[in-house]
Amino acid sequence: MENKIGSINYRELLNKYKMVLVLICMVIIMSIVSEHFLTSQNIINIIRQISINAILAIGATFVIITGGIDLSQGSVLAVSGVIAASFIKHGYASIFIAAITGILVSCLLGFINGLTIANFKVPPFVVTLAMMTIARGIAYVYTDGRPIVDLDKRFLVLGQGSLGFLPYPIIVMIIVAVLAAIILYMTKFGRYVFSIGGNIQAARVSGINTNRIIVLVYTLSGLLAGLAGVMLASRINTGQPQAGQSYEMDAIAAAVIGGTSLSGGVGTIAGTLVGAIIIGVINNSLNLLNVSQYYQLIVKGIVIAVAVIIDVKSQKKF
Amino acid sequence: MNGSSEYLLEMRNISKHFPGVQALDDVTFKVKRGEIHALVGENGAGKSTLMKVLLGIIQPDKGEIILKGERVKIYNPRIALSLGLSMIHQEISLVPERTVAENIWLGREPTLKRVGFLKWSELFSKTEKLLKELDLIINPKQKVSSLNVAGMQMVEIARAVSYNSDLIIMDEPTSALSEKEVEKLFNIIRSLKEKGTSVIYISHKLDEIFKIADRVTALRDGQYIGTSDITQVDHQTLISMMVGREIKNIFPKKQIEIGNTVMEVKGISRKGAFEDISFSVRKGEILGIAGLMGAGRTEVVRAIFGIDPIDSGSIFIDNEKVKIDSPKKAIKLGIGLVTEDRKKYGLALCRSVKENISMANMDKFCKLSFISRKKELKACQEMIRLLSIKTPSHKQTVSSLSGGNQQKVVLANWLQTQPKILILDEPTRGIDVGAKSEIHKLMTQFAEEGMAIIMISSELPEILGMSDRILVMHEGRVKGEFSRDEASQEKILACAVGGEQSGK
Repeated sequence: MENKIGSINYRELLNKYKMVLVLICMVIIMSIVSEHFLTSQNIINIIRQISINAILAIGATFVIITGGIDLSQGSVLAVSGVIAASFIKHGYASIFIAAITGILVSCLLGFINGLTIANFKVPPFVVTLAMMTIARGIAYVYTDGRPIVDLDKRFLVLGQGSLGFLPYPIIVMIIVAVLAAIILYMTKFGRYVFSIGGNIQAARVSGINTNRIIVLVYTLSGLLAGLAGVMLASRINTGQPQAGQSYEMDAIAAAVIGGTSLSGGVGTIAGTLVGAIIIGVINNSLNLLNVSQYYQLIVKGIVIAVAVIIDVKSQKKF
Repeated sequence: MNGSSEYLLEMRNISKHFPGVQALDDVTFKVKRGEIHALVGENGAGKSTLMKVLLGIIQPDKGEIILKGERVKIYNPRIALSLGLSMIHQEISLVPERTVAENIWLGREPTLKRVGFLKWSELFSKTEKLLKELDLIINPKQKVSSLNVAGMQMVEIARAVSYNSDLIIMDEPTSALSEKEVEKLFNIIRSLKEKGTSVIYISHKLDEIFKIADRVTALRDGQYIGTSDITQVDHQTLISMMVGREIKNIFPKKQIEIGNTVMEVKGISRKGAFEDISFSVRKGEILGIAGLMGAGRTEVVRAIFGIDPIDSGSIFIDNEKVKIDSPKKAIKLGIGLVTEDRKKYGLALCRSVKENISMANMDKFCKLSFISRKKELKACQEMIRLLSIKTPSHKQTVSSLSGGNQQKVVLANWLQTQPKILILDEPTRGIDVGAKSEIHKLMTQFAEEGMAIIMISSELPEILGMSDRILVMHEGRVKGEFSRDEASQEKILACAVGGEQSGK
């Protein structure tokens, strides 16, 4: 229906910022219910806790905008973590090189994802599902199933230290988000990501090398998973082969709550951050209210379902 | 029985307001028993809204519907069906992985009572009988996905007929059909009419309307303009009823001096699609390619554009042999391709007008792969102005534009690449008369500026009206070539159905 011609109306604005509103409501309610909620320490705590999920979710956002999905993030994260940890533990390389190696291996796994999806035209769901299992296997094989503990103190700074009052994980998250936004909105590559998600056939006809973009997007997702893996290893002082299980689900959830459309073509970095914060606030609130972990899962699931329903409803307007 | 029983359906004083637009304004529409009633109007005139009201998909703000002399309230499509109203939608709505028979009787399958098991033999025999009645050669056990678009359209038609409705609404039923299949559809419509079924026929193709309709009603901007016997009106009056102005020259073709050969195609083949295709196109020339659906026309231009590979043959541009193995290469060589089916191949519907206009041109707006917003915006606004694309802003998502404006966005995308050779595949399918004429004007203008244009079209008037030269394809081969002067509807059609070899 061509009834939308005219000035920007209320509903459109409401639609655009609905998740921000949801977040504000949650914050207001929680600050009334719990005196511990709206303290600067708790706020920083929440953001530090979401930083790893947010970084994964930014990778997921790129992938989902192209109309794909990456289920291997959690496992790839584990591979990166154990490689970095073992290099440090055994003194194979300097701390910096160890971290970079972990991240590069994750990039390679993402690259393989992308190559398989682009060249064999296999659905991303299946390819990354396979990679999820393979990467987890690699993490176990590499460590023989045992966690690598007691790492170099200097390595722990990344996950546990802070610059002034800002913990490093938050700083890393902010840098990643800013870079991601620059790439997505200001570069040709970013535009092509949107075009492919909008209509891959039209993109191809318009001379866009769609395969190349898809490979790059999954490589980027791998890279961010690798970065998150190194951060997690540093934070828990362990290279843990079981680390990151079902983290990909939280990442996808954050992206979707933040308005990224699973059918592709639509999504924003800011939205994804809001999504990650909402998940963080839910977890934190339920903790403050002494609700058990088990119930937290149920609540989180309901929020995700509601977010997707809203997403589908607001798309129907077209 | 009173006087009004002559009418099967009366929609009286129907109004419907959407935020920002009066979609229907006091519209009255009456359909007699056993008549074929054409409903015409430009896109956005309110035809679809009126039909949605009739089928209960939306509720009117005002007005009443009288069916068979009784006032009815239609709250949802199921009620409409039970009242004897069915519809063939413009877009195909079949379940591709199921058989023809299952699709036709979807939701009404013959089952063993209570248990709910399907009676397969009855399902297939019922379907066979129905298809035979309609003179359609389709196997009921065939999967719908194995049919071509025309076949699917025929299944849709069979499904609508199977309801034994008193009134069938057909919304652009021929958009995917070849001339031959259109004839078949018309036969079906005529036999429906004999049985006393009424048909509301919505189409942009005026020739069809003159062929099949008994009466015609025109809407414009949500208002009722008039109803007339088809014998009382001609093309011009009908068009002026629809657009409110007279389009003097439907095809604004100009005689342009034709220059050197820009592109020459020599004996290209692609297995299973086309064979030994040769033609050339010159500066300022519009080359029309006619043929039936499935004649291989789209396949040829896809191959030329580097989307599909060619098995043999060669392509020359400016007398130089070129190898085109990707759309990117084609664009670099100065070729543009406005694909058929803009929604499927042409547009990222959920993205903005601006992004769609610059899709094929990002290199032009980028420095070290960073987008120069200013440059891009300027170029896009220029295009919006040049093609007079009706959109509130460049930020509007393309999905909310009308068909004609969407097509202009696709055109703009390709114009930006500044092609020497512009290929247009069905450039005016499914868009209204006004926008159609605008696109034709633009084509003429491009030719004047020295572009070589190749236009595929299934509408003969368009082919005849716009082309300097006409190529006719049949089953993957070039069957004939005609100059503008020697071409006629009959000659081209004869050639397209595989008749005598003709032309030079």
